[in-house]
Amino acid sequence: MTPSILAGLVGAALVGLGLYGLILHPHPLRKLLAFNLIGSGVFLVFGIVARRGAAAGFPFDPIPQAMIITGIVVAFAASALAVALILRLSAKSGRVTLDPDAWAKQNGADAK
Amino acid sequence: MISLLDLFSVAAISAGALFFFAGTVGLLRFPDSLTRLHALAKADNLGLGLVALGLIPRAESPLAALKLIVIWALVLLSSASTAQLIGRSLSRGRK
Amino acid sequence: MSFLDIGLALLVVLVAVWTIAAQDLFASAVGYVAYGLLLALVWIRLYAPDVALTEAAVGSGVTGVLLIAASKRLGALKIAALEAPPSLAFKLLTGVLALLVASALAAAILMLPDPPPSLAPEAAVAAEGPGAGLGNPITAVLISYRSFDTMLEKVVLILAVLGVWSVGADQAWGGAPAPLRRSKPYPAMVFLAQMLAPVGALIGIHVFWVGADAPGGAFQGGALLAAMWMVAMMARLRDPPRIDAQWLRLALVAGPAVFLVTGLAGVVMAGNFFAYPPGLAKPIILFIEAFMLMSIAVALPALVAGPPSGRSEQ
Repeated sequence: MTPSILAGLVGAALVGLGLYGLILHPHPLRKLLAFNLIGSGVFLVFGIVARRGAAAGFPFDPIPQAMIITGIVVAFAASALAVALILRLSAKSGRVTLDPDAWAKQNGADAK
Repeated sequence: MISLLDLFSVAAISAGALFFFAGTVGLLRFPDSLTRLHALAKADNLGLGLVALGLIPRAESPLAALKLIVIWALVLLSSASTAQLIGRSLSRGRK
Repeated sequence: MSFLDIGLALLVVLVAVWTIAAQDLFASAVGYVAYGLLLALVWIRLYAPDVALTEAAVGSGVTGVLLIAASKRLGALKIAALEAPPSLAFKLLTGVLALLVASALAAAILMLPDPPPSLAPEAAVAAEGPGAGLGNPITAVLISYRSFDTMLEKVVLILAVLGVWSVGADQAWGGAPAPLRRSKPYPAMVFLAQMLAPVGALIGIHVFWVGADAPGGAFQGGALLAAMWMVAMMARLRDPPRIDAQWLRLALVAGPAVFLVTGLAGVVMAGNFFAYPPGLAKPIILFIEAFMLMSIAVALPALVAGPPSGRSEQ
């Protein structure tokens, strides 16, 4: 088992962990954290593909690595948008939850 | 035959690792957040300084050695300020 | 496979487990930052220094600031999260699902094709040819081989900023986001910002400039510059700017705009969309990257600062 395969297995484990946290945690920000964990696990799998593609004089394959760099920045942008939505939702609805039934129980003060 | 410079590097990095170990033990075993800050400060400043000192003979150019010292200075600055800020918020009653 | 690799892998998984299992939101966010830094070490072991820089700067650093600021703002709203804890059966079912997904991914990894396919020869051609003179193949891939992808990614950043700004109240549009801390800043924070911000900005520009030939580049340098601006905002040395400020909008749009114009100019000057005339490739690439640097350095703090807050909001 090479270091790349070990890192790939770690990536798979991270995706599983993140999925567990995403489904189970009721707090929206912790769901976001778990989602970021899934994302970084996927990037790790990409990264070992890049490492295994060492050829043409480079010790790595630059193209998947460039895509990972792009992906990390886009993942941050998506997280920032999610945070803004969560904060606004919590400020408007008065509850920190993504459960739509909790919303429906509020009468009057929701629409804006 | 190990050269004198290599011996110096190994000694300095081992001493730095010792400080990191001591800082970690302090972080885990000290009863209070303020005392844990004290332990962390030792690990950050002395531990990293010794590791940087040990890596300087192995740097590939004087510029790279200067970069190591700059890294240590930056960590010194940020860890000192952060310890102050954490201590300040602890003294205001937040755990 | 050395002790270092096994130890790192174990540590990464353990810190990730702690991030999921921690009771407190703040502890989870701090665990995520530590996890990001450990992951940067794993990237170094995988011969990916540019990715390690980006992960440490953006993935762990700026995302950590975002999450901790968000948890503080959520705490300031003073609403309790009252939830029924999930039942044991639900937890077991979710655990089984997570295990299935992880096993499927692990099986796919163990069955990866053995002479591994690689696009490295194309990247080498790109680094030699149109990205002539660039010692860093990743920069050549980003700006020359996959230039359209990188430009669209900058546009995605701007869309995210627009999305974040749109979430604010209607009457607050055009105003400034809430400052990153409400009360007077601590002197230690002001000292840190005054000492760190200039040095950090220099290092950010250095990382960007060196990125043409060594690990680095516009993304990593831009993340450093953004972090220094955020440190200054956290010390109240500067407040988040009004979102209708002309310079802010120009700086945001400059990156992809310059990129697009250069790509279109490539039709005229080198015969193809996003082709660079040979010999001028490296200066043009650095020119594009400089504007990308400015865009990223402005977009990331805008994303962290959040939507404009009017008087009626908090």
